[in-house]
Amino acid sequence: MSESVAAEHDYIGLSEFPTMEATMSDITKNEDGLNFKATELRLGLPGSESPERVDQRFLSIKSSCPVSGAKRVFSDAINGSNKWVFSSGSTTATGDVGSGSGPGSSAVKDGKSTTFTKPAVPVKEQKSSATAPASKAQVVGWPPIRSFRKNTMASSQSLKQGNNSEIEEAEAKSGPEQPCLYVKVSMEGAPYLRKIDLKTYKSYLELSSALEKMFSCFTIGQFGSHGGCGRDGLNESRLTDLLRGSEYVVTYEDKDSDWMLVGDVPWEMFLCSCKKLRIMKSSEAIGLAPRVMEKCRSRN
Amino acid sequence: MNLRLPSKVLEHIISFIDSNEDRNSVSLVCKSWFETERKTRKRVFVGNCYAITPAAVARRFPEMRSLTLKGKPHFADYNLVPDGWGGYAWPWIEAMAKKSPSLEEIRLKRMVVTDECLELIAASFKDFKVLVLTSCEGFSTDGIAAIAATCRNLRVLELRECIVEDLGGDWLSYFPETSTSLVSLDFSCLDSEVKLSDLERLVSRSPDLKSLKLNPAVTVDGLESLLRRAPQLTELGTGSFSAELKPEAFSKLSEAFTNCKQLKCLSGLWDVLPEYLPALYSVCPGLTSLNLSYATVRMPDLVELLRRCSKLQKLWVMDLIEDKGLETVASCCKELRELRVFPSVPDLDATNVALTEQGLVFVSQGCPKLESVLYFCVQFTNAALITIARNRPNIKCFRLCVIEPFAPDYKTNEPLDKGFKAIAERCKYLQRLSVSGLLTDKAFKYIAKHAKKVRMLSVAFAGDSDLMLHHLLSGCESLKKLEIRDCPFGDTALLENASKLETMRSLWLSSCFVSFGACKLLSQKMPRLNVEVIDEHPPETRPESSPVERIYIYRTVAGPRLDMPEFVWTIHKNPEIGVSHLAIK
Repeated sequence: MSESVAAEHDYIGLSEFPTMEATMSDITKNEDGLNFKATELRLGLPGSESPERVDQRFLSIKSSCPVSGAKRVFSDAINGSNKWVFSSGSTTATGDVGSGSGPGSSAVKDGKSTTFTKPAVPVKEQKSSATAPASKAQVVGWPPIRSFRKNTMASSQSLKQGNNSEIEEAEAKSGPEQPCLYVKVSMEGAPYLRKIDLKTYKSYLELSSALEKMFSCFTIGQFGSHGGCGRDGLNESRLTDLLRGSEYVVTYEDKDSDWMLVGDVPWEMFLCSCKKLRIMKSSEAIGLAPRVMEKCRSRN
Repeated sequence: MNLRLPSKVLEHIISFIDSNEDRNSVSLVCKSWFETERKTRKRVFVGNCYAITPAAVARRFPEMRSLTLKGKPHFADYNLVPDGWGGYAWPWIEAMAKKSPSLEEIRLKRMVVTDECLELIAASFKDFKVLVLTSCEGFSTDGIAAIAATCRNLRVLELRECIVEDLGGDWLSYFPETSTSLVSLDFSCLDSEVKLSDLERLVSRSPDLKSLKLNPAVTVDGLESLLRRAPQLTELGTGSFSAELKPEAFSKLSEAFTNCKQLKCLSGLWDVLPEYLPALYSVCPGLTSLNLSYATVRMPDLVELLRRCSKLQKLWVMDLIEDKGLETVASCCKELRELRVFPSVPDLDATNVALTEQGLVFVSQGCPKLESVLYFCVQFTNAALITIARNRPNIKCFRLCVIEPFAPDYKTNEPLDKGFKAIAERCKYLQRLSVSGLLTDKAFKYIAKHAKKVRMLSVAFAGDSDLMLHHLLSGCESLKKLEIRDCPFGDTALLENASKLETMRSLWLSSCFVSFGACKLLSQKMPRLNVEVIDEHPPETRPESSPVERIYIYRTVAGPRLDMPEFVWTIHKNPEIGVSHLAIK
């Protein structure tokens, strides 16, 4: 099927450039008799690791900015784009061109499935980590196409390939799939919603402390310093008082569209039936009639 | 004779100056002009978010209403900048929230924006009107919901090619129930389906809506319904067309388009079936901008569409248009100013795509107003380049990507030096240039000498030696941004021309042979440059002469940045501290 080919091109030295040309042109004549330079490119000097491999490590570094607490950037989507193999008509010579090429094989990173492969001109297979089903190893960022375009083209390709294509597309774009239970959490008086994954909590206690952290900013009436929501002990304890005291209650809408108080049923049952959450003032929660809920929502 | 204008008069005069370049010149005249200018500048543009601190910007421009920021280097678009590099919007939003609460417009490009940033924007700027995020990442649809819900005077919300964690289409329901002031909404980069009824109602209660760009999840039926409710649109990005053609749907869509008499810009068209294209014929004569770059449609169908677009000024298309299609464009689209031809997916069709250098030659001959070109092509010739330069000396932006690295003129086997020389010589207004194909140092000598107005230059897989960089850095009078990858030069040219770097916004070098020792020297010689090495290994663990993988150098008055990840190293100005990724210990 498809083979993973390492593309090697050695920058040995400036004066040797013409020599390399000559070597290449011997090897890489395509059918039309035109001399094409092999699209063999290795980045970095002999002996140093190919930056593509390094790239892979970079992309696995999930560094968070200490200043902004940035969420992990969504490198999965970016990863996927590098498989957009752009093969021109030329053949590629394999093996070590020039000395000391070391383990410089530059296989395309990661094994996401949405690659489209052009049948490669037969080449010797390099001893690369053949993770990707790409037909040719590719230089990072060449040709210079934006990731967004690559992703869009890749997923439209997979759509055309039919069957399971939608699943592939979803995978390609949204990263690893895990069953998760996203529910909306709204709060009386807060200008917008949060969404949480109920599966990340194991008990009502965990859930309630998470909610306290998330919404403490609103009850205080101002935005804390970044990431400061809940970190300020005063905020947290005040909200706890509010939540545990009489002022706020946490309610949820269940599968029958009834609004119930959170905490009445066993946790697992709650997980199965909860559709959305709402933190409301106790006074509003009396009765828990659906019409009351509507009124609360529209006031926001 | 000491003539001084009263400051009120000066203020009034300066208020007519819109261009920031002019305003920058004004502010250099003398202190009082500096003061007056800064107090009247409303639109602030910061091309490199690390060149200056947010606090300094807020301090200098108290009347700022619009802020535009750019973060990552341009090559980040092509995955050359690792994740986590930087470009965080947070410090800017935080500072402006405190010091410039009257800010109304924020435009960010290539920055990391979190939900917290968006929430802070929503909470802090009472009269917030415009949010445009281009190639940004780091946020989810929750953040967008916050903006929609809270910014009551929101006019523009555009997400252009962002990477967004899409938690579902609910965000759209957070716009206020009463009528909105929306003029432009672009959510084309989101994946999830938005409830059509929400979208319909939003469009119906947004009487000022002029620009609407849908995501691929919106179907043909949805599009038709929305067009019926918003016939006043001037810009439309369609949803997708991947359903089979239903005759009734087609005629309804046709009619809907016929009623959009003001439509000027059309985009989207993801996977459009050729059978649907005739529905667009009615709007073609009025179109000035058409983006077919996601339309996997063959040349004959493209030609049928394009020959009706006599007013077209901007065309983005894939190489499926072939030379023949471009010939039609050349004869029918006489108003064309900008052409971009993107490579299609290689194995989309069985036959070879018939797009060569001739296509661009046709357009250069037929379209007298052509000034901006982005062209991907497998190979090229000097003759074509020379012809294009002769035909179109008015070209301002010329980006040629010969996809085959090191590809010579395929007819003569020579380097493309002569061709690019012609471009540089003849196109006297050239501001942006990207070169490719086989090029020797000579090509850069010509470019350096003749391309006097070039501000941004991109180079890949070219040149023979340090001479190429030396030419560029000692010539190219207007050069502001230079990005180079995979070229065989070392330290000499860089160090000899260090002073040039302070006249530029930034320099990107990757996979060249610049050594760590040179970076150190440069950093120590030039106090107002940040010299950042991107390398997963601490450069100190290797000999000083060993080359580093990527270098990003930029001028700054903010000092070394404080948010570098582990793989970005800066060389302290104080040689005792040496190298670290912590700017200040």
